[in-house]
This record gives sequence, C-alpha cells and structure tokens, in this order.
Amino acid sequence: MTNRIRYHTIDNSPGFWAIFVLFLILSAIGLGAAFYMEHHGHWVTGMSQNVVWGTPHVFAVFLIVAASGALNTASIGSVFGRKPYKPLAPLSALLAGALLIGGLAVLVLDLGRPDRLVIAMTHYNFRSIFAWNIFLYTGFLVVLLAYIWTMLDRNVKAYSTPVGFIGFLWRLVLTTGTGSIFGFLVGRAAYDAAIMAPMFIAMSFSFGTALYILCMLAIMVGNGRPVGDELVARMAKLLGVFVAGSLFFVAVHHLTNIYGPETRGLEAFLLLDGGIYTSLFWLGFVLLGSVVPMVLFFHPATNRSFSMVSLGAVLVVLGGLAEIYVIIIGGQAVPQVLFPGYEVSSSFFDGSVAYYAPSWPEVLLGISGFAMAFLVVALGVKVLRFMPHSLADPLVDAHFKGKADKARGGDAAQAQTA
Amino acid sequence: MTGKRGITSPLRTAIAVVVLALAAGATPAAAGDDIAPDVPEARKGEHCVKPVPYMRRNHMDMLKHKRDKTMHKGQRKKKYSLKRCMDCHAVKGDDGDFVTAKSDKHFCNVCHDTAAVNPDCFSCHASTPGGELKVQSKEASR
Amino acid sequence: MTEAPHNDTPALADEARRRFLKRAGLTAGFSLFAGSALAAGLPKALDEATSSERRWGILVDAGKCPEGCTACVDACFEEMGIEGPRVGDNHSRPDQDSQWIRKVSLKNEDTGHALALPVMCQHCTYPPCVDVCPTGASFKRADGIVLVDRHVCIGCRYCIMACPYKARCFVHEAIHDQEPYMPRGKGTAEGCTMCVHRIDHGMKPACVVACHEEGAGAMTFGDTNDPESAIAGKLRDNTTSAIRADLGTEPGIRYMGI
Ligand code: HEC
Ligand code: HEC
Ligand code: HEC
Repeated sequence: MTNRIRYHTIDNSPGFWAIFVLFLILSAIGLGAAFYMEHHGHWVTGMSQNVVWGTPHVFAVFLIVAASGALNTASIGSVFGRKPYKPLAPLSALLAGALLIGGLAVLVLDLGRPDRLVIAMTHYNFRSIFAWNIFLYTGFLVVLLAYIWTMLDRNVKAYSTPVGFIGFLWRLVLTTGTGSIFGFLVGRAAYDAAIMAPMFIAMSFSFGTALYILCMLAIMVGNGRPVGDELVARMAKLLGVFVAGSLFFVAVHHLTNIYGPETRGLEAFLLLDGGIYTSLFWLGFVLLGSVVPMVLFFHPATNRSFSMVSLGAVLVVLGGLAEIYVIIIGGQAVPQVLFPGYEVSSSFFDGSVAYYAPSWPEVLLGISGFAMAFLVVALGVKVLRFMPHSLADPLVDAHFKGKADKARGGDAAQAQTA
Repeated sequence: MTGKRGITSPLRTAIAVVVLALAAGATPAAAGDDIAPDVPEARKGEHCVKPVPYMRRNHMDMLKHKRDKTMHKGQRKKKYSLKRCMDCHAVKGDDGDFVTAKSDKHFCNVCHDTAAVNPDCFSCHASTPGGELKVQSKEASR
Repeated sequence: MTEAPHNDTPALADEARRRFLKRAGLTAGFSLFAGSALAAGLPKALDEATSSERRWGILVDAGKCPEGCTACVDACFEEMGIEGPRVGDNHSRPDQDSQWIRKVSLKNEDTGHALALPVMCQHCTYPPCVDVCPTGASFKRADGIVLVDRHVCIGCRYCIMACPYKARCFVHEAIHDQEPYMPRGKGTAEGCTMCVHRIDHGMKPACVVACHEEGAGAMTFGDTNDPESAIAGKLRDNTTSAIRADLGTEPGIRYMGI
C-alpha cells in the first residue's frame, strides 16, 4: 500500500479550532457591518452617485473570479489527465464552491434592498447578464456538489471525469459572464470592451490557483501531512504562467485604449496621474502582484521553498485585489464622457474625477467574504475526507521519485506510509 | 369605444366579485377575518371600495394589481389607488394631525401588527392624505 | 379587474385621435377640459393603457438655455420632493444626493464656445439600463418613458453603471415626507420619470412648465409621433441631435444647438 493515497478528515487540534473561531468572528463582523450599512443606507459608505460599486464589489468580484479559477487544479487532473493533480482535486472543488459562496454573500449583502433577494430569484430579465449570472452561479454550485460527490464516493467514481469536464466548461462560461458584467457597459469607456471576458478568465486562473496553493499548504502543513517539493515547484511554475497570462491581457487592454484617441485620457488617468489608482496598478498589481511572484515562482532557488511560494501566492492575491480595485473603482472615478471635445462641469460632478475612500464597514464586509469562504473550507475538510494523508512526491507521481526523494514536513505520517 | 366597455365591465366585476367571494368563503378563516382589532373608522358616510370582508382578505392583491397597472401601463383611475386609501382611512393623532405609518395607530398598522406582517409600502409611499402637485402651471391652458 | 386592460389597435387610436382633434376644434367649451391635455399632445383616458402610438419626448434648445438659470432643476426637485441637494437637510454627502436633472455647463476645448443645458434621463428607445436590470425593474413604457419599478428593484445599481448619461441615482438613505404622488425610498434606483404622473393626467413635465414660466422657454414637450405636435414640427424644421448619439440609444430627449 505504499503508493496509495488515502484521504482523511482533519484532526482536532487547538490550532484548527482557533482558526475556525477566527473565521467565524470575522464573518460575524462582516454581517454586522452589512447590517449597519443596510440599516442606515449607503450614505455611511464611501460610495456615491459617481462610484456606486465600492469596496464590497471589489471583494465580491475578486472572490467570484477566484472561485472559478480555484477549480483549475481539479480540471488539470480530471480533464487534462495529469496524474499528480488528481489527489489535489477534492479540495479544489471545495475551495471553488466556498469562494463563490463568500463572494455571493458579499454581493448580496451590499444590495440596496437585500431583503428583496426573493425578487431576484423570481423576476428575471434575460437580456441582463446579471440575471444569467444568477443561474451560472447557482448552477456552478450544483455542478461542484455533484463533482465532489463523484470524487468522494467510490460507487460513483466513474462519473468524476465527465462531471469534472462539465465543471470545467461551466466555470469558463461563468467567468465569461462575470467579465461581461463590465464588458457590456457600453456607456463607460473604462469597461466597454470584449476583452473583459477573456481577461477575467486569465485572472481567474491566477487568483484561484494562488488561493488554492495557500489553502492546500496551510491545511497539509498545518496538520503535519507531508507535501513534496517537486509538486509545489510545479504548481508554483504553473501559477507563474497564469500570472503572466493575466498580465498579458491587462497589457493588451491598456494598449488598445492608449491607441484610440477617445480613450487616451482615460489611460493617462489610470496609468499616469490617477493617484491611488496609478499606484495600485503599477506597484500593487504589476510589481508586487505579478513581477515579484513570477520571480519567486520561476527561480529554482525559491520555488521549492514553501514559504517563498506562499509569499508569492499572497502577493498574487493582494495584487489581484489591487487590480480589481483599479478596474471597478478607478473605472468609475474617471468622468463619464457625455460631450466629447467639451470641458464640462455641473452640480452633479460631471467632468470631475470622483472621490472615493473605502469606509470601514465596506472593508469589513469584504474581508468577511474571505472569512466565510475559508469557514466553508474548514468545515468541509473537518467533516468530509477531502484531504490526502500525504502529498509526498513519490506518492503523487512516480516520476518525481528520482528527482527528489525527500518530502518535507510530517515525518511521522511519512514513516507510517513507508 | 368606451360604450362597449361600459356595458361589460360592471357585469364582469359582478361575476368576479361573486367568484372571488365564493373562493374566499371556501378558504377556512384566512387572512384578515380572524384578525379584528379595533380598526380605526374611515371617513363617515362612505363605503370602502369593495365590501369589507373582501377588503380584509384581498387588499394586498388589489394593491399589487393596481400597482402594476399604474407603473407599467399608466392606468391611473383613482378608485383602487393606494394614494386614495389614505383619503378615507387617514387617522388623526392626539395633536390633531394625521398620523404617519410610524404610528401604530395608522390604519394600515392596526391589523398588520397583530398579523405580524410588515409591508414596506410606506418607506416610499406617503402615509398621510394630500398631494397637490407642487408645480402648477400658471396658465392652465399652456 | 373592472379596469380590464384595453388594447388599442392602431386603427382605433388613430381614429380616436382624428375624432378628438375634430371635436376639440369644433367645441369651444371643450377646451376647458382639453386645454392642458391638448397641449401635452394626445389625451389619454385615465384608465387607458399607454400605447406605442405615442412617443413622449422633450426638445431642449441649448441656444436659448442661459448659463445660471436653474428653473427646470428647481421645479423638478420641488415637484419630486428631492430635498437633499437643495436643502442639505439629510445625512448624505453632496455626491450622494439624487439629482434627477442637472444643468451642465460646456466649453468647447478648441474654440472656447460655451453653452449650458439640462441633462436628465434621456428616455432612450434602446435603454442600456433596461437591458442590464436583472429583475426587470428598469423598464420602458409603451410610450417610451423609461422608469424604475421600485417595487421590484433590489438596489444592485447595475443600471447606474450602464447609463451613458449619468442619469440614474441611488437613494442612499431613508426619505421622509415624500410627495404622495411620488414615492421614493432608500436602497432603490431612481431617476427622471418625465413626470409620468403629470403626463398621464394630460399635463406637461414640471421642468418644461417651469422653463416656460420662469426660464427662457428652451424646452418643448410633446408626442413626437404626432406630426401635428409642436415638438414634431420643431424636430422636422431644425437640425437636432442627441447626447452620445454614437451609442445608438435613440433618446427621447433631443437637443438643438450642440
Ligand atoms: C371612499 C372612502 C374609502 C376608500 C377610498 C377606501 N376605503 Fe377602506 N373603508 C372605507 C369605509 C367607510 C370602511 C368601513 C366599512 C364600510 O362601511 O365599508 C372601510 C373598510 C376597510 C377595511 C376593513 C376594515 C375592517 O373593519 O376590518 C379595509 C381592510 C380597507 N377599508 C382597506 C382599504 C384599502 C386598502 C383602500 C385603498 C385601496 C381603501 N380601503 C380605500 C372607506 C374607504
Ligand atoms: C383588517 C385588517 C387590515 C387592515 C386595516 C389592513 N391590512 Fe394589510 N394585511 C392584513 C393581513 C391580515 C395581512 C396578511 C395576509 C397574509 O398573511 O397573507 C395583510 C397583508 C398586507 C400586505 C401584504 C404583505 C406581505 O408581506 O405579503 C400588504 C401590501 C398590505 N397588507 C397593505 C395594506 C395597506 C396599504 C393597508 C392600509 C391601507 C392595509 N394593508 C390595511 C390585514 C389588514
Ligand atoms: C421603493 C419605493 C416603493 C415601495 C417600497 C413601494 N412603492 Fe408603490 N410605488 C412606488 C413608485 C415610485 C410608484 C409610481 C408612482 C407613479 O408613477 O405615480 C408606486 C406606485 C404604486 C401604486 C400605484 C399608484 C397608487 O398610488 O395607487 C400602488 C398601488 C403601489 N405603488 C402599491 C405599493 C404597495 C402595496 C407597496 C408595499 C407592498 C408599495 N407600493 C411599496 C414606489 C414604491
């Protein structure tokens, strides 16, 4: 039984419960913040008539985009048949669902009338990509549940590949839908572009994989279960490619806008003199969120170190949040052009850059989206057998054997297997 | 063209009322009936827009129906409008002014408090009578 | 149920119009009732459903609209009970207050030519806000007026994102003492209704009335489908345009002199 991976629930440990309670508290704080905003109305937030989607949307969109990307790891195993990724698949599906739930919770709690959620479930306008997304999101959760079932129950194991394939296609469509929320906004130069959808897909790959690596390492290492260097290096390199991919799409989008005279002013704002948005883009997304992680992921000296890879993944997540912030808030801060060629002014802030500063309740609600997602993950791995007992290289893939025969962490568990 | 409608619509109403009354009668003590707190008196000398048992049971559906007609089709005959309910059902407080929906004396609140329903209508709609248009044309014929 | 929706066939409505015009022309006493209704285009019985026979619109002559005059804006706020930006008696910051209509000052970047004009919901024939609304709360009436059915609005604000004219607002706080004919409430989207509550009673929108009586008479309201109407005549005889005409939204609000 040497090279058979077994799946176990997570053991009781003070550490686990401490983290669990932390997420619980953060989620509760988020709910409290949402209640506060709901009770008073949105005037207690930084949002205004000019910036109507604020920080909660940044977190919600990030989480929903990352949710679809978190399924990557599973897809690579089941759809593309890469054996080393197979034992990683159950957590991948769980994380995808959890992130989606966290994101949707934030989105719904930030509605002007969250009490009318029933209306959103019963009244549909099928010309609206939002309405389609309601189906895409709930459908994705159903597909994920089916997928998890086929992976955890031996009796239906045979179906896991086709269901995994459906999941793969579904999440591509889902992220196309999320990107199109912005891509279809004909009246705003910052968004109105077909590239929004593929750009969001590229971002989903990178954000989702980063969060996956973080979760996987935290759970495995935190529970003293071995993880192979080679496996981590592989995933790091894959994430590096995804990061490059999203950087590429973002670059093409900006270049296209710079080329057109109509959108040049917009680009000058975002890339040169947009203050916080410019800094978040160059320092946050490009340098810290893309370049530094890529170096960490591709350099052989760092891509085997769990802490360096984790650092890189954290940077990808923070950089991603920065980029979504620039897209959503920066895109609204730029004045809408009603009269090209005219300088405009009005009591309604026509022609002037909109002011926005996040308020505490917004930030707390946003963070609680992560907390809720991780709470779901923690619950999942506690009650169901999502996590392999070991991801030591020789176990995961026979090819790794020659290259690296030492797997770090959890020596006890490894000794047991050997 | 109105003539034709004029003949049929009372007939249709009558049939509808009978059918609905029967249906209502068949439903064992539904909404409203068993809830009979001290409902404030309406304006004297007039009757409600429909018989009281019908009103108790069906005012929510009537209002919803009227709401959709007004919003989407611009049909503004006043009879069943929410605005007009207030014309007859406004209640005066101790200070002699009409009470708003914040007060539990408000006509619409007396039963709802007992029935534990909390419709949000008056977060937008005015809960007191009135409603002269603010902007009046000085030259009516313009 | 007594007020069963009455379906106009085009022929019927046409006939009604001809008959009405004839009668109105013949009977002097009739004008007492018809006065405002006539001026507003076609009369609609209170209980008649709106139909696409009519297409309400406003023509703004920017050449006549003086910088600094805010008669239309004041009238709108007055009529609709929009206190915030005028009185500042609420919690919201100025950039959180609703403004259903605003005066925009323009200056041509090359020539320096300056002008001013009011901007409100443009009541598009192809309204982006209606397309994006997930619940169908944003909708267009048969007669071209774009509204928010605030009974099914969930406050997602996607319509505000989608509007090319910055004309939709979001209500940031609880509102009190609303005008009985104009309900408004926290957490929902709102915007210019072209004064449907007046139009359905055969009156002109508040902004247009005020523009004529206190302002410079730069606004013309009417049924652009009715060739006899003043607005249709002006549209026929002048070069007019729409804001962001390139988007193809085909607004019901048209401008002269931009
Ligand atoms: C013309 C005045 C008038 C209008 C308008 C009116 N009502 Fe009434 N309503 C009355 C009167 C008078 C009564 C008392 C019973 C009766 O004599 O019909 C009454 C009774 C009622 C009752 C029953 C109260 C009880 O004793 O249980 C309800 C419910 C009600 N009205 C709701 C409404 C609603 C909702 C509207 C608006 C659609 C409305 N009414 C409009 C006059 C009016
Ligand atoms: C005679 C008592 C009574 C009066 C007076 C009354 N209601 Fe009601 N109403 C009820 C009851 C009982 C219900 C709950 C029905 C149910 O449970 O389905 C209700 C429900 C409603 C609902 C639906 C609420 C929901 O959540 O489904 C609306 C809307 C409503 N009432 C509006 C009004 C308005 C507006 C007035 C004042 C003009 C009014 N009601 C006056 C008894 C009353
Ligand atoms: C978010 C704000 C909002 C809320 C909440 C709301 N309404 Fe309305 N309502 C409106 C608006 C706006 C109109 C359109 C007014 C117009 O066009 O004249 C309207 C119109 C109506 C009309 C037609 C006009 C009239 O006076 O008859 C009815 C009936 C109506 N609403 C019923 C209701 C009922 C019943 C409720 C509670 C269940 C409710 N509304 C809650 C905003 C609201």
